[in-house]
Amino acid sequence: MRTDILSSLESITRVRGVRGAMIVSAEEGLVIAESSMEGIDGAAVAALTAGVVARLARATEAAGRTAPAFVHLRAHGGGLMAVPGQGDLMVVAVTDPEVNVGLVRLELRRAAEHIA
Amino acid sequence: MRVIEPWVAEPLQRFLAESSARVVLLTTASGQVVAQHGFTRALDVMSASALGAAIMASTEELGRLTASGASRSLSHQGPSRGLFLAGFDLPQGRWIGLVVYDRDSSLGLVRLFFDRLVKELRVVAPTETPAREVLAADFENELNASLRSLFGR
Repeated sequence: MRTDILSSLESITRVRGVRGAMIVSAEEGLVIAESSMEGIDGAAVAALTAGVVARLARATEAAGRTAPAFVHLRAHGGGLMAVPGQGDLMVVAVTDPEVNVGLVRLELRRAAEHIA
Repeated sequence: MRVIEPWVAEPLQRFLAESSARVVLLTTASGQVVAQHGFTRALDVMSASALGAAIMASTEELGRLTASGASRSLSHQGPSRGLFLAGFDLPQGRWIGLVVYDRDSSLGLVRLFFDRLVKELRVVAPTETPAREVLAADFENELNASLRSLFGR
């Protein structure tokens, strides 16, 4: 595993409230790399997140808008954030409910630029 | 969707809804078609069943030769459609699942929900039917019999 990819993911998981981060193949919905995903089914998160982001992209494109640059899914028990990167890659973070969304978003964008 | 074994219907229906797969074929290793969705011609089911069984047999043998173990699944990504093929064990013996998906789904989603399908089948599968040895001579007979049941010919 490339150390720069892992260090990008660790920058995300260092943010308080982030339970894990991963790089996902957006088209196939498969995990490329992950960090601190204890207790989380990474394969399921990757597959389902890629599916949601792909459908959102299609919905926004159908509405005449560009594909989303940032996706934030909020639930009672926590949240999920995704930033599509260049090509087929996507950076995903699984978070607690109380998390600094702006900071996580910043780190996700940095990671997405880094892996491009 | 058409099924020969009624206990397969509910888990398979759930798999189809969750994975958005376009085509699904469940067969036994001996060539009996257990369920299918998305095929309109018996000939296509016959070909897919025979090819799926042959591919699984080849990859399992390759796994033995290279000491990488028996193949659990394999996938092929085409320009617009993907193919997922997996073998799994039930009390009835070894079964093979063939799934075709397009851009409404992904390999990750198909793998995720196929694993759940297998778990559900293991729960609902009747246990009184013993697994039996697969003989080459049985393959064609069982395939033809199941196609007659599925397509009424």
